[in-house]
Amino acid sequence: MNTLRATLMVLLTLWGSHALADAPNGATIAQQGNGHGVAPCLACHGADGAGQAAAGFPRLAGLSQAYLRKQLDDFAGGTRVNATMQPVANGLSDAERDAVATYYSKLPAPAWTLSPAPSGDAAQTGQALAVRGNWTKSLPGCEQCHGPDGVGVGDHFPPLSGQSAVYLSNQLHAWQQGARRNDPLQLMQNVATRLSDADIAAVSAWYAAQSMAPSKEKQP
Amino acid sequence: MKHMRFILLGAALSLAACDHATPQLAAPVAKNPAPATSTSKKQSAFVPPSESDIPNDDFGKQIALGRQIFIDPARYAKAYVGNQLSCENCHLDAGRLAQSAPLWGAYPMYPAYRSKNHHVNTFAERLQGCFNYSMNGKAPPLGDPVLVALETYAYWMAKGAPVGASLPGRGYPKLAKPALAPDYARGETVFKRDCALCHGDNGQGQQSAGRTVFPPLWGSQSFNWGAGMEQVNFAAGFIKANMPLGRGNTLTDQDAWDVAYFMDAHERPQDPRFTGSIQATRASYHDTPDSLYGTEVNGRMLGQGQPTD
Ligand code: HEC
Ligand code: HEC
Ligand code: HEC
Ligand code: HEC
Repeated sequence: MNTLRATLMVLLTLWGSHALADAPNGATIAQQGNGHGVAPCLACHGADGAGQAAAGFPRLAGLSQAYLRKQLDDFAGGTRVNATMQPVANGLSDAERDAVATYYSKLPAPAWTLSPAPSGDAAQTGQALAVRGNWTKSLPGCEQCHGPDGVGVGDHFPPLSGQSAVYLSNQLHAWQQGARRNDPLQLMQNVATRLSDADIAAVSAWYAAQSMAPSKEKQP
Repeated sequence: MKHMRFILLGAALSLAACDHATPQLAAPVAKNPAPATSTSKKQSAFVPPSESDIPNDDFGKQIALGRQIFIDPARYAKAYVGNQLSCENCHLDAGRLAQSAPLWGAYPMYPAYRSKNHHVNTFAERLQGCFNYSMNGKAPPLGDPVLVALETYAYWMAKGAPVGASLPGRGYPKLAKPALAPDYARGETVFKRDCALCHGDNGQGQQSAGRTVFPPLWGSQSFNWGAGMEQVNFAAGFIKANMPLGRGNTLTDQDAWDVAYFMDAHERPQDPRFTGSIQATRASYHDTPDSLYGTEVNGRMLGQGQPTD
């Protein structure tokens, strides 16, 4: 019985590796690079895909496949300008982008060390922008697109929770400066240009302090 | 006599609560709509009190409760809600935003006479209609704590607004008739380009963590055939001023009319006033070119009230 199971396992493994022989393997790319000059992703994005907060390397684990894939295409196509990631994306083939995006989308959302919650005015500004926006400037709340507590919505709206303040504020500034211009319907461009530097600092700090599981009650 | 009934019906159509037109709306909208950024400031001189000014006493508690109901009726007024929408979905910024039928624009205009039921309707009665139609639920009885809290919230928000004066920014903008008659196919193109990202390919909306983030535009979880948004003119005005979210007043008028027509040419729950026959119900409650109820679009008779989503 045990032998039978072992044999089956071996057969399955063989069959599996055969079937995948031509298709690139997402896990391999993430851990070892693609063998054609692209560095392993984990060097920057971490073994569990949680990123590195202080360096502004984003979390990839648990983001939607379609979103991750789109970002790689956008780096390669130049609508998202970043000196570190553009060569990485350019070095990946179509199939490799698919495979590595699938790999990260299936990783569980990593354990996340909450940064300390902001206090005082910054906390108030951050929460107000996140939950309510500022409609006198036609600015919706972040969670109206990014979901309750910024957990993300579907394929097009990435989570903000589980990302560091450095990364979040880098992106908002990139939109303001036009270095990132890959957003559908110019939704984020429109948001970012309505934010002051103080707003960006406050809302980034606020999301960096949110847990990745949304609270049950809707914030007032 | 027959003629007379027609006129009355016409008036009734435009006066149903939260379902149809605003009584005595004095079309406050400028002829050339200003861009989104300046709209609210320029056109509405009225500024509602800030939310941080809600008093910290027993009266303030009712204001705060009314606000919570408005934002999240499925949680705070569960018994009266029959879909995934909230009041705020159509009255943005918790009912504060000009051009989004704000509560401060509505409250001072009631009581209002409605020829539909030949009597003067209080604000509370107006609110009841919202639950019947827009929320596809049932009306809380007069005096119900839900209505008391909502009315208190609206009263507080209208503080300082002149009674009986239709303020600029009230209701939704009334768009001029489009150059081309609204069209399903053109509307579908606009929908796919500017709306489906959020509201979904089939208008079903999107949820996250158990909450509606992008509300459904048609189908079983949306407003029913008695709701005001069912009328293409209201929908076009709302969409023009407020959609895509955060990008209000970026669509052309023609696009707004076309996409409103496309949205309103889909099935949704039956009109609660359904008489048993689509044609009779149309004759009684939908006899206007702005309603597609009881008309045939793309070979489908609308008003079956049995969405297949
Ligand atoms: C040398 C460090 C480094 C390596 C190696 C690296 N990345 Fe990145 N990655 C970054 C940085 C920095 C950013 C943020 C760029 C920015 O600020 O726009 C980023 C951003 C991303 C994003 C965008 C995430 C989001 O939330 O929008 C994706 C997707 C991504 N990387 C995938 C990969 C993949 C796949 C690999 C491996 C094939 C990889 N990265 C290797 C540094 C790196
Ligand atoms: C109207 C919808 C909308 C609103 C409101 C909105 N966002 Fe976004 N946001 C998006 C979309 C869409 C994307 C994905 C863009 C892309 O595809 O690259 C995005 C992406 C982002 C990203 C990049 C995430 C990543 O992983 O790279 C950040 C950071 C962000 N938004 C922050 C905010 C903040 C902060 C607010 C509130 C002040 C906000 N957003 C409000 C639609 C919105
Ligand atoms: C599907 C969209 C929708 C939803 C959801 C909705 N409404 Fe409305 N509401 C409308 C429309 C359309 C009108 C008519 C606007 C006009 O006259 O220009 C309206 C009108 C009103 C008015 C009268 C406005 C005036 O100026 O006279 C009030 C008050 C109101 N709604 C309250 C509510 C409340 C409370 C809820 C939640 C229980 C609600 N609405 C939910 C669409 C909606
Ligand atoms: C960026 C996402 C986004 C886009 C794009 C968008 N909407 Fe919306 N829409 C929303 C959100 C969020 C609400 C609810 C607003 C609130 O609660 O503050 C809403 C509300 C609505 C409502 C009222 C509620 C309901 O379900 O009936 C209608 C009608 C509507 N949108 C139509 C459209 C149309 C038509 C388009 C395309 C021209 C469009 N929207 C594009 C996010 C979007």
